[in-house]
Amino acid sequence: MRSPVRVAVFSAALSLSAGLLAGTALANDQLIQMSKDPAQWVIPGGNYASQRYSPLKQINVDNVKNLHPVWTFSTGVLRGHEGGPLIVGDVMYVHTPFPNKVFALDLNNEGRILWVYEPKQDPNVIPVMCCDTVNRGVAYGDGKIILHQADTTVVALDAKTGKVVWSVKDDDPSKGATGTSAPLVVKNMVLVGVSGGEFGVRGHVTAYSLADGKQVWRAYSMGPDSDILFDPEKTTSMGKPVGKDSSLKTWQGDQWKIGGGDTWGWISYDPELNLVYYGSGNPSTWNPVQRPGDNKWSMTIFARDADTGVAKWVYQMTPWDQWDYDGVNEMILADVNVHGKPTKALVHFDRNGFAYVLDRTNGALLEAEKYDPAVNWATHVDMKTGRPQVVAQYAPGQQGEEHNTKGICPAALGSKDEQPASFSPDTGLFYVPTNHVCMDYEPFKVAYTAGQPYVGATLSMFPPKGEKNLGNFIAYDVNEGKIVWSDPEMFSVWSGALTTAGGVAFYGTLDGYLKAVDMKTGKELYKFKTPSGIIGNVTPFMHNGKEYIAVLSGVGGWAGIGMAAGLTEDTAGLGAVGAYKALNNYTQLGGVLTVFGLSD
Amino acid sequence: MTFARVLCLAWILGAASPIALAAEGDAQAQGNADAERPYKVVNGHVDRATFRGYLYYGDLCLRCHGPDGAGSSYAPSLVNSLKKLDKRQFEETVINGRKNVTTASENVMPAFGTNIDAVQHLEEIYAYLKARSDGVIGRGRPKRIGETDE
Repeated sequence: MRSPVRVAVFSAALSLSAGLLAGTALANDQLIQMSKDPAQWVIPGGNYASQRYSPLKQINVDNVKNLHPVWTFSTGVLRGHEGGPLIVGDVMYVHTPFPNKVFALDLNNEGRILWVYEPKQDPNVIPVMCCDTVNRGVAYGDGKIILHQADTTVVALDAKTGKVVWSVKDDDPSKGATGTSAPLVVKNMVLVGVSGGEFGVRGHVTAYSLADGKQVWRAYSMGPDSDILFDPEKTTSMGKPVGKDSSLKTWQGDQWKIGGGDTWGWISYDPELNLVYYGSGNPSTWNPVQRPGDNKWSMTIFARDADTGVAKWVYQMTPWDQWDYDGVNEMILADVNVHGKPTKALVHFDRNGFAYVLDRTNGALLEAEKYDPAVNWATHVDMKTGRPQVVAQYAPGQQGEEHNTKGICPAALGSKDEQPASFSPDTGLFYVPTNHVCMDYEPFKVAYTAGQPYVGATLSMFPPKGEKNLGNFIAYDVNEGKIVWSDPEMFSVWSGALTTAGGVAFYGTLDGYLKAVDMKTGKELYKFKTPSGIIGNVTPFMHNGKEYIAVLSGVGGWAGIGMAAGLTEDTAGLGAVGAYKALNNYTQLGGVLTVFGLSD
Repeated sequence: MTFARVLCLAWILGAASPIALAAEGDAQAQGNADAERPYKVVNGHVDRATFRGYLYYGDLCLRCHGPDGAGSSYAPSLVNSLKKLDKRQFEETVINGRKNVTTASENVMPAFGTNIDAVQHLEEIYAYLKARSDGVIGRGRPKRIGETDE
């Protein structure tokens, strides 16, 4: 079946981009249209709402058992492959970790390479990338592919030729700032965040003009109101104006200048409200004793005006972080029932193990429930104040420096890390790849040197007591705030999930399987072992009327660093031997894109 | 070795390498003996220096080389590396870093020579990793001498 829908939408998109030249249309009008075409995948999260849902249904619960690889593509790069490809028209854009190659593959010609972009970057950036040289993908807008390189260069490439249209430096890698996140094109701008929380880099999100790369606005995560683009009277938190110096008041001395709060996760956008949403990461250092106070606005969900960057509302999830529970995970925008009431919701599965549901129009906190029963660092979130009720026994900052705080769940990996969840409007449920790992955490005093690690804590990780699996793939219902079903996995599930109108959810595993499960029950319907562990995001598309599923494999990232050698030795005598199996007994490095389809 | 002594040695040795670390001259024999067993382990419990080495390993090395020096998908196992590298090679690598960038792989160890914590705790980190490499202590947080078993 040819796809008349796709053809029509694509030509509409082309005429829109012609309009753009005349300065009449916005890149996001084009992107909104294109993201409604299920044949394409033009935004890293599938759409502006970051739902990772596909209306395609050729592949469904009845026939997915016949799925099989139809073509593969080696990226030639060994490091951890996070993120996923974009599909724009008849071209697939595949990115890699450092050296950050971008390949344009011709879907009309069995994936022939149309062009390759490979930047020249100083390899000294490699060791200042905390936790592997990952990159989470490119953005598309107005005929350009936007890449955020490891050295923080943001570059716009002509989507047809791969030629550089413009390039701008976002920050300074010699101070530990790096680029790992996928940009987002909003209106006629491209938004990018920065990495470097383990190097004391003060986080920011910056909007650049899509036409020429000129900076439009920059909003820091912490600092004076003029840096963080807060209006003390109008920016709200828990329904109240934040007041003057809301960030500075919560730091001792100048610590905020090296205070972290990096913005290395995903960005979402609500075109009707004209708000962009993202989270900030851990405050620096990991030693909480060196930075008393709430450390605002680290660990925070931000809603900012897309045009000006000024914050409309904020919500800090983990004041005075003592666990490295970065708040950067994706913000899924969904119109769902919350406690029976139709809600314009923002749903966020945080590293700290709570699933937060907020009213995305005003930042009201509606629900915060644990999405892994193992979570123990806090008993609950106080719905009046929005603050977690921290359990002192599991709070390293309260226990003090050089005290080993034991048995904290989740581990610093979080109950979920950057691997994005999916929302299905068909079932109304969220499908969440999770980690099921606990830790001992010992903070100690460290000195700051620019461009050097600034961590100040050490940790050991292990599965929850008496359990073997280090991950789960779960279905979660925000209406009632509970887990619907949970599929145990041997290792953390570190792959972005996908849901489809065919009733099938997809995810990858660290030992390398692409898995398809029934969205209603979690029953496994299909699996295939790809060449390496999967930390990439599952991506659907349609070409010449046929549905395909694509995923990058290539183990690495924090997952590969934490688990390659296993968490503890088999001989440790702690029981649950299966849980301590080393990932490197199951998979090895190597980036490969695998595309799956059905036979005619 | 104190930070002051490192600087002093670097000054004496001149420009041959940015910072050179070695036990020279009459200190050589004693230095070699210490280098072979730079840790003290009693009934599986470690001395203060080795324990501090464990802590600063977590600060400076863990995010690439993985928990407990066991290696990762990103950087090699230091438990294995120290079976080949001697103390002097270890210290030179930490202080000056090294690069191995080819078309097939890109391994870059950063230079820690400007990092006060790294320089001050270099011998302790070596002691901890050597104890791990020699199989004297296992995975996880080692107990200090005098610390109770639970």
